[in-house]
Amino acid sequence: MAQWRFEVSNRKGFVDARGQAVLEDIRELGISSVEGVYTARVYLIEAEFDRAFAERVACELLTDTVCQEYRIGRSDAPAGPMPATIVEVHLKSGVTDPVAESVVAALADMGMAGAYVRTARKYILLGHVSHEQTETIARRILANDCIEEVIAGADSEPPSPHTHPYQLSVVQVPIVGLNDDELMQVSKDRDLFLNLTEMQTIQRQYQSLGREPTDIELETLAQTWSEHCVHKTLKSSVDMDFDGNQVHFDNLLKETVFKATQDLDKDWCISVFSDNAGVVEFDEETAVCFKVETHNHPSALDPYGGAATGIGGVIRDPMGTGMGAKPIANTDIFCFAPPDIKLHDVPKGVLHPRRIMKGVVSGVRDYGNRMGIPTVNGAIYFDDRYMANPLVFCGNVGLIPREKCFKHPQSGNLILVIGGRTGRDGIHGATFSSGEMTHEHEDIFSHAVQIGNAITEKKMLDTLLVARDRGLYEAITDCGAGGLSSAVGEMGEKLGALVDLETVPLKYTGLNYTEIWISEAQERMVIAVKPENLDEISDLFAGEDVEATVIGRFTDDKKLTLRYQGVQVGQLDMQFLHEGLARYSRQAVWKSKSLGEPDLPVKDNYTEELLGILGSYNVASKEWVIRQYDHEVQGGSVIKPLTGANNDGPSDAAVVRPKLTSAKGIALSCGMNPMYGDIDPYWMAMAGIDEAIRNLICVGTRPDRIALLDNYCWGDCTRSETLGALVRASQACLDGAMGFEAPFISGKDSLNNEFVCEDGTRIAIPYTLLISGIGLLDDVNRCVSMDVKKPGNLLFVIGLTRNEMGGSHYYKLRGHLGANVPKVNLLVARETARRIHQAILKDLVAACHDCSEGGLAVALAEMAFAGEYGVEVDLRGLPTSDDCVRADMQLFSESNSRYIVEVSPSNYDAFARLMLNLPFGQIGEVVKEPRLTIRDRNQEIVVDAELQQLKTVWQEPLWLG
Amino acid sequence: MKNVQAIVLRAAGVNCDMETKYALELAGARADRIHINRLIENPDLPDQYQILVFPGGFSYGDDVAAGKILANQVMHHLAESIRRFVNEGKLVLGICNGFQVLVKMGILPGCSGLEFSFENQPVSITDNDCGKFEDRWIYLQPGTDRCVFLDENRRIYLPIAHGEGKVVTRDRSILERLQAEGHVAFRYVDAQGNTGNFPINPNGSMDSIAGLTDTTGRVLGLMPHPERFVHPTQHPHWTRLEESRCDGMIIFDNAVRYVKENL
Repeated sequence: MAQWRFEVSNRKGFVDARGQAVLEDIRELGISSVEGVYTARVYLIEAEFDRAFAERVACELLTDTVCQEYRIGRSDAPAGPMPATIVEVHLKSGVTDPVAESVVAALADMGMAGAYVRTARKYILLGHVSHEQTETIARRILANDCIEEVIAGADSEPPSPHTHPYQLSVVQVPIVGLNDDELMQVSKDRDLFLNLTEMQTIQRQYQSLGREPTDIELETLAQTWSEHCVHKTLKSSVDMDFDGNQVHFDNLLKETVFKATQDLDKDWCISVFSDNAGVVEFDEETAVCFKVETHNHPSALDPYGGAATGIGGVIRDPMGTGMGAKPIANTDIFCFAPPDIKLHDVPKGVLHPRRIMKGVVSGVRDYGNRMGIPTVNGAIYFDDRYMANPLVFCGNVGLIPREKCFKHPQSGNLILVIGGRTGRDGIHGATFSSGEMTHEHEDIFSHAVQIGNAITEKKMLDTLLVARDRGLYEAITDCGAGGLSSAVGEMGEKLGALVDLETVPLKYTGLNYTEIWISEAQERMVIAVKPENLDEISDLFAGEDVEATVIGRFTDDKKLTLRYQGVQVGQLDMQFLHEGLARYSRQAVWKSKSLGEPDLPVKDNYTEELLGILGSYNVASKEWVIRQYDHEVQGGSVIKPLTGANNDGPSDAAVVRPKLTSAKGIALSCGMNPMYGDIDPYWMAMAGIDEAIRNLICVGTRPDRIALLDNYCWGDCTRSETLGALVRASQACLDGAMGFEAPFISGKDSLNNEFVCEDGTRIAIPYTLLISGIGLLDDVNRCVSMDVKKPGNLLFVIGLTRNEMGGSHYYKLRGHLGANVPKVNLLVARETARRIHQAILKDLVAACHDCSEGGLAVALAEMAFAGEYGVEVDLRGLPTSDDCVRADMQLFSESNSRYIVEVSPSNYDAFARLMLNLPFGQIGEVVKEPRLTIRDRNQEIVVDAELQQLKTVWQEPLWLG
Repeated sequence: MKNVQAIVLRAAGVNCDMETKYALELAGARADRIHINRLIENPDLPDQYQILVFPGGFSYGDDVAAGKILANQVMHHLAESIRRFVNEGKLVLGICNGFQVLVKMGILPGCSGLEFSFENQPVSITDNDCGKFEDRWIYLQPGTDRCVFLDENRRIYLPIAHGEGKVVTRDRSILERLQAEGHVAFRYVDAQGNTGNFPINPNGSMDSIAGLTDTTGRVLGLMPHPERFVHPTQHPHWTRLEESRCDGMIIFDNAVRYVKENL
């Protein structure tokens, strides 16, 4: 077939935004000789058409003739005095190319069905660049080795993508007679990430069966038993040495995080820790589910694709919960190294944090926005130790009818895979993400990176919800880590399943049966369908161009049987698969650190410190990120991430009204502070819980209807100190959840977030526990935002400010950690939350904001510049502990459980009565003049700044262009 | 009282269909979300409706260019059906991605006597000057007196959420025709009604154009999302306001009133 080449580029007068961005990035690399970058989109179309039709394709389909021009064939380097270097970036064979798929469909609309299309990007670098510089630019900026191929120069065509058909050959892996070393060698050679105990368990099983395993059986076990899928560390038995005292857990998770949920036994919890997401009651007809996942390792290798598939994957969690929920909101929390780190400080095999951040943000943006799900809540946290292991937490909330909260697969149901096709993408993602990274990972695990196509997922979602409501399937789950192997394996756990692997629709030929089975290709779900419903559900999917294919059926033999073209290629006992994994016992140790408080000089004025904290990356405005996300699609947003007179103040929690006809709302928040973990992970976790709950309370959430999610990102837990830190955090989860009566409903962990540099140094991330909160509001019309509303209104602080500067941003600014980490008095914290809520219900609250990073001063500044009114504060009114006397401590201590509330003078009495017996005090008032002025206990001015100045230093740092 | 019926057209990647249907229903219409494949199967289906809405989203992922693939599909399968719809005096509304579709298939700006061709496509909508997707609220000043969807003298406040919203014309003369012949339905302005640079004009559109109407005034395309401001709590700082007028409803109320009075 003829191959037509089309090049489309912007006309003169229209900015080549991509070219300019590349040019900026090249300058950032320190290459100054490139003077201009021009880009073109390349389409390679194989089809039988003539020149006239090619002109039509170019003009009608591929080119916007107002702002673009095209060339059929290959364009020459631009004429002129400047040398031009041409680099083309093509997708590697087998990588999903959504644009190509759309062009194929559009060509069919034009009457040319069956075309084969590929797309590429062409870059023309103007100026003198050496061969090495071109390579650096290509590798660092233009292409990602994992998924893309660089073709330099103007003459070579990309390699043919056509792969050879696969010929069945069943592979047996002899392990029965191996010794321990040889067993581990098999695990390593096949990237199974199974340890010796696990390999021995498998060996014993096959010894008793009297045969060798096939490759697909070993792979299925490796996927199912991976840390990513079963959380063997959190479920192991742990012997903990805590400052010399011994504590034993039979099952760490069950006796901490999960225990709180069980003990609280809330009747509004519908399904917890059992399905793809936790499910709680919303109203009489509807429930709401919430899940947060991480996608760290893939995002380190390919920030854009890794983050996009992270959000794509977590959206499928509610879609695969119960009988399928409708996604209504996304949350995204990222941890990066600071974006201004010097290039030579970035280790080999690691992408620069600025590139990671830009890639992650645009990946989440492009996928989330295309799905039509508002991204309403998030946070970004910066620390040098996230350099090689950036963390990408993606969360999704879904709405589901109460009677659809559970699934019922039955023997005889057909197994259907729906949505995207299966390719080689994402193979070994589950096992890969369970191990630590090294500088070589970029090369070795490139196949673990996945590429998503949001529209495939959106189409699937649209039709699935109709099928659900018509009752056309019995069970649903997503193909996530482990692909079909996990999805079918889990759904058929109590039944048994028979799968004919050659029936799975493929993106291209050449996949062997094992690749089909464990591929983590995106946008696929598995459903169980009664044979009598097959025609109707198939018509429904076909009617909206969604692929759905029967690949097998559920049996009643409790075996997982895998065939390819009728030949059995593997058979596993469901019980061995799901329960054969040896239980672990682990040692943990935690020694309280002996840290000291720094001796900082007392100053007359702390305006400079306030400006410094406002401008620090963790506190600074995230508006550059937030505006790239559609936070309003679906029409339900009530409290948006940015609020205030000029729509640019930082909201505490997001509120959405998921049913347009109801006033009921859902609030979402998060809490996280890894710096406290450097002192004590127990108080870090507790602070996270307190913060997540404070944020919810500030906007008007019911304190009795708050549920939590835990996401641990930790280092290597085979080290007893690292595990000890995790145990400490888990104990706080138990205590915190009990104290606030806020149960955990779902969670996930990502361990081994460590990186081994070329020289052998290890970089481990700080202990990171993300607490996500979700809560209910009966009437969103009563929501409160954080911006001050009216001059003359009074400001109160509720909650005690203590001598708790450990891990504070004030100390960080000066390079100290400190010792006095903020703690939580659970009794007071819970009662405070309850009273604030009552005040909001009684309409006594004009604005409410919590004190977190940066303490009281930062919170006051934010409230003031968001409301565009000044604030005059007198610290004599601040409730403090006896040892909290210094002005800097009162301004910047990060004590938990504190709220700043704006109250109109007419409500003073009612509000004060309501707060009786709580630590609270009037600290100032809202004024017209746009200044923040704070006087200490001696009436000396300790902070004085114009709001514009405060806002500017807060807004500028994270504007990445 | 006449029964007003609206189609909210769905396609792969369209994602504002639910809230658009809701807004139409608030205005008193009956609205059906209909997949494009159903229209292709039955091109007479629109006959029983009076309003056709191309809602926002990312049809076909905005692959190649925003709205392009859907525009191509509609042109090759539904051109006749839509032409008939407009000729019968009915209303067509394109919001965000829907506006991009209407422009890319040549229905807008629909200048009189200007036959649409791809070689000489008069207007297009392309990448924002800021180079990325932006979600923010903007003020809109009506720019014409003959578009049935808008109140000529009422400045309104709505959100935009797009990466490709910059309206451009092939040349100066097209822009002058749009201005002179009343095709400019809305311009981006500030709270006082003055045009300006980013962020007042959030995407760098020529002449701050935010929406276009055709010669009949019965086809409107606009980048901002009226369906996202039909309830007071959708305003970005409603907690500061005593009361809130839901500006997005104007578009839907006017459409429904027009149908009731004229069709």
